[in-house]
Amino acid sequence: MELGARVRFDYALVASKLPEIFQALGITLYTWILGLAGACALGFLVAVARRYGPRPLDLALGAYVELFRGTPFLIQLFLLYFGGPYAGLSLDAIPAGLLGLSVYGAAYFSEIFRGGFEAVPRGHVEAGECVGLSRAQIIGRILLPEMTMLVLPASVNMAIILMKETAVLSVVTVPELTLTISAIGTEFYAFVECLFLLALFYWGLTEICGWLGRMGEARLARFRFAAA
Amino acid sequence: MTPIIFGLLVEAALHTVVISGVSIVIGFLIGMCVSAARLSSNRAFAIPARVFVSFFRGVPLLVQLLLIYNLLPVIGINVPSVVAAVVGLSLCTAAYQAENLRGGFASVPRGLLEAADMAGLTHFQQLVRIRVPIAFRLTLPSLVNEAILILKASSLVSVVGVIELTRMAQNLDTSLYEPLQLYSAAGLLYFIINRALALAGTAAERRWNWGRA
Repeated sequence: MELGARVRFDYALVASKLPEIFQALGITLYTWILGLAGACALGFLVAVARRYGPRPLDLALGAYVELFRGTPFLIQLFLLYFGGPYAGLSLDAIPAGLLGLSVYGAAYFSEIFRGGFEAVPRGHVEAGECVGLSRAQIIGRILLPEMTMLVLPASVNMAIILMKETAVLSVVTVPELTLTISAIGTEFYAFVECLFLLALFYWGLTEICGWLGRMGEARLARFRFAAA
Repeated sequence: MTPIIFGLLVEAALHTVVISGVSIVIGFLIGMCVSAARLSSNRAFAIPARVFVSFFRGVPLLVQLLLIYNLLPVIGINVPSVVAAVVGLSLCTAAYQAENLRGGFASVPRGLLEAADMAGLTHFQQLVRIRVPIAFRLTLPSLVNEAILILKASSLVSVVGVIELTRMAQNLDTSLYEPLQLYSAAGLLYFIINRALALAGTAAERRWNWGRA
């Protein structure tokens, strides 16, 4: 079959699908941003708990981090979405996807933050202790601001990885872009064209993200402390 | 879960290992060419290499796999889905490995190349005996890392119907209705393989502790 004969995009038909596509785009962005926020927050908590918590907690969280970094996201998602109901946790596709992304991303973010904490010179923390800052103040006023610059590149990288992982959510029927576009491609028998457009879309989004990350780094560079 | 079921999962894990292993090796060879093109001063090579790296690192692997799986028959190449899967994984890992190797090639100490010049080694000899081994040694940690990433990413080829560990767990689940046990066991197998890879990586790094700049 000739390629040209197959590529027959009926723009009226595609236009009729536009609301669906925009909705799917919304879900992709929504799961990404919320999942990213969840992963960031949870990862920060894990990093703090491992640094200041009791040793058994540190060991348990260490095992969590290793397990979630050592297994595929898809398996984690299946366990949550298909296995969850057997363990009394019945979630719809989107909440399951959000939870899965957060827990998966948090394992990586906790390591990023741990590295960030460790990179802040000990003297700064000791100085804070000497002037009588509480632990929360040391975290909020010394560790966090100083490490933001240090963890930014890795965090932007992780944000991009999570964005790409949202495509995997299509496998557990989250109606995001990959699932929607694939369905439209099947319907119009234009799978390759649709997928190619989808790939271009993700490509553009990752490039924009990377660019924003570099801009942010350049802006924050003036906060880089001398010891770094 | 019976031992027979677990045996099926272990067998499927071997498929996962073979698929990932083949993809890593092919990806390394492609990555080598791409990084060479990327470092070339000829823009006709450098720019396509940049686009290649950017595309395959910027698009979700799942989308790449679906695209390749559906594209191959359209351009008249009818291959089993496992071949499409290996092509997809190889291209994706090639893009990442090309970036790693670029760093490795850039950090080959200049003095060694000057010494090689002095000793009368040809450019090709320098490439084969100095640049490639040292770049390989320098990027060994990131190569192991990449192997672990690809092993995990290979779970996505289940989506295009390749029978490997994830797909086997899925198939068994449709008849056994034991998702917790099956996916936990599959996850554990992935975890064990990853640990083994990481251990082999550190052992190899310790054994070949030459070539550091």
